[in-house]
Amino acid sequence: MSTFQEFVGNEGHAPLWPYEICYDREQEIETDVLVIGGGIAGCWAAIGAARKGARVALVEKSATVRSGAGGPGCDHWCDAPANPLSKVDPDQWAERLTKGFGGYGCGIGREIQCRENYDALLELEKMGGKIRDLDDTFKGAEGRDEKTKLLISPRMNPFHDTNVVIRVWGTTFKPALKKECERLGVKIFDRVMATGLLTEKGIQGGRVLGATGVNGRTGEFMIFKAKATILCSSSGGSVWLLSTELSGYNTMSPRTVSGDGIAMAWRAGAQFTLMERSGIVGIAPGFKHRWYTGAGDASYENVPLVDAGGKELPIVTEPGWGKKDVDRMGSGWASIRERVLKGEYSLPFYGDFPSMPPIEREAVWNMLLKEECTGKIIVDSYTEAGFDPGQDQLQNYALLEGSSPAQWREAAGGGLVIDWDLKTSLEGLYAAGTQLFSPGDHSFAAATGRYAGRKAASYALVASEPIVSKEQISAEKARIYAPAGRRNGVDWKELHAGIARVMQYFCSEYKTDALFNMAIETLEEIEEKWVTTLFAMDPHKLIRSLEDLSILTHAQVILHASRARKASSQILNFHRIDYPQVDPPEWHKFITVKPENGNVKVGELPLDYWGNLKQNYEAHNRDYTGASL
Amino acid sequence: MPMYALPNASTPGRPVIFNPEICDGCNTCVDHCPIDVFIPNPNQGGCPIILHPEECWYCGTCVNDCPRPGAAAFNWPLQQRGYWKNKKTGHVFRA
Repeated sequence: MSTFQEFVGNEGHAPLWPYEICYDREQEIETDVLVIGGGIAGCWAAIGAARKGARVALVEKSATVRSGAGGPGCDHWCDAPANPLSKVDPDQWAERLTKGFGGYGCGIGREIQCRENYDALLELEKMGGKIRDLDDTFKGAEGRDEKTKLLISPRMNPFHDTNVVIRVWGTTFKPALKKECERLGVKIFDRVMATGLLTEKGIQGGRVLGATGVNGRTGEFMIFKAKATILCSSSGGSVWLLSTELSGYNTMSPRTVSGDGIAMAWRAGAQFTLMERSGIVGIAPGFKHRWYTGAGDASYENVPLVDAGGKELPIVTEPGWGKKDVDRMGSGWASIRERVLKGEYSLPFYGDFPSMPPIEREAVWNMLLKEECTGKIIVDSYTEAGFDPGQDQLQNYALLEGSSPAQWREAAGGGLVIDWDLKTSLEGLYAAGTQLFSPGDHSFAAATGRYAGRKAASYALVASEPIVSKEQISAEKARIYAPAGRRNGVDWKELHAGIARVMQYFCSEYKTDALFNMAIETLEEIEEKWVTTLFAMDPHKLIRSLEDLSILTHAQVILHASRARKASSQILNFHRIDYPQVDPPEWHKFITVKPENGNVKVGELPLDYWGNLKQNYEAHNRDYTGASL
Repeated sequence: MPMYALPNASTPGRPVIFNPEICDGCNTCVDHCPIDVFIPNPNQGGCPIILHPEECWYCGTCVNDCPRPGAAAFNWPLQQRGYWKNKKTGHVFRA
């Protein structure tokens, strides 16, 4: 027996809710530093703060042992120019990353990543994470260094000769991080969704003094009083998504990535930027068919691609060493498409594992792909089904699936404006990982989390005691428990689909102020007429319902930011019919938005508002002593 | 067995197939699942119940972290099953 239907068939009744229901109970926790979100960034933030001697509480909506985009695994330790095999200077590499993506990179985050992520990796090894091929499994593989036993990835190498990306055994990371949090005395609250930030006197824009939360199994109300709070709850997924049945596996991120941190910080009055930026939605779960979505798609990494007739394609996702005559993703695919239409190449394409040198094949299939995000179960499933990379070619899904529907988008790159302490525009509120604008990969999350942790702790250790507003707590309680008090109306799936449809219609391929206004008005109507009927039968569905409210707020922030940018931009995937000029120089800047007195305050920042990266990093980190080993 | 009047099941509805001969109801998968797809079986030692299957992210944590090999087998939705081709014979397979 395992499904609900089987249980009912055998027992003659539905199972009782297995956890104690206590909607009317509340728990109060006092701490120096509160970390919201226990993914890679959140765990590192907790560790960084605890090492400074602060009392730390960590709130995680899922289960810290495997939560977050890097929970099941993670594939590369990207952009680690401080590693001993690197051929580039950390400060110069940070400058390069920041100026990539049209200049809209997050310089502060990139400088922290390039300076400190190798220190974090060494610490992770000490905690039990595997970062070296100590048992010589991959001896002879390209990029493997015999002395350090590190495996350098071919990523970035053909074009830059950098040795800046390291292959890692990412499935070992999250359990090790959780264990280290526990060893340092971090109080972990799993299955608790943070719902709202508490501010001084309950005023929007005031100092942040902790957060409220609700337990997704028991419904218990949580009050976290904290001198400093670090948001590490990722950005938001599913804003444009429409699927009531396939709610779990339609995006690159799990359902739990619902923009809770964005919604909380917005309501508290924080400043955001790049919220108008969007990408094509990555429908990439399951066997991850979609092109360039990691394990399960043969275009990943340096696997040669061939067409259905065995003809090699002049393109790979990550060229191997010495292959400088091939395209890497991007525009190369337009040319391939043309040649397919002319009959030069035939579909489908395949990843030609058998043509690879055995040791390189082994390193890609059994290490890199298996350690990537959700890759382990994918590799295991193929293997159990009979796939043998020594003899078989893995199908690739480029072109075969067509393009994503043009109206389907994904939030991409927007986040909180931060300073050199990773402090947001609100006193007492810090941020790390994909909660920042223009975030990077797992190592970015680790390095910025670790950094935000120590900065927030330094602040908390001298900050005054938090005195929270009882009125604000009462209002938040009323807001979050309203759906639990209803038994009919609109449920979370229908509401989510309704919000997504608004974004598909009015904030998608064709953008104008008139369409943005229609979206804003429709979302207001949804808030007034539908959210007020939202119902949740149990604490689990209450969490899903509250996630919808985060998605709704996230959508509103995107619309306000979109309305504020009166120009089109190729790099931001932002095309306006009413302002068709693409990337005019006067709009080459960060547009910022924040709520103020019932309105949205629009501002701007220059693309290098952080000043000189090297000088400012050093000025703000004179006490930094490197890896704690 | 009586026939109950039930609504359509949420689909895809079975991300994992438990083997009751091996699964001892330790609930590690219940504790580690990022989405809370499962609940413990009210019958002590019984396999967990898949209560919210359509919310599954297919991350594999339930199977990867299961302490009893063979107790839980992953079950990919039909539409998500991948293809490959034997290079020598050209024969195409599907998982």
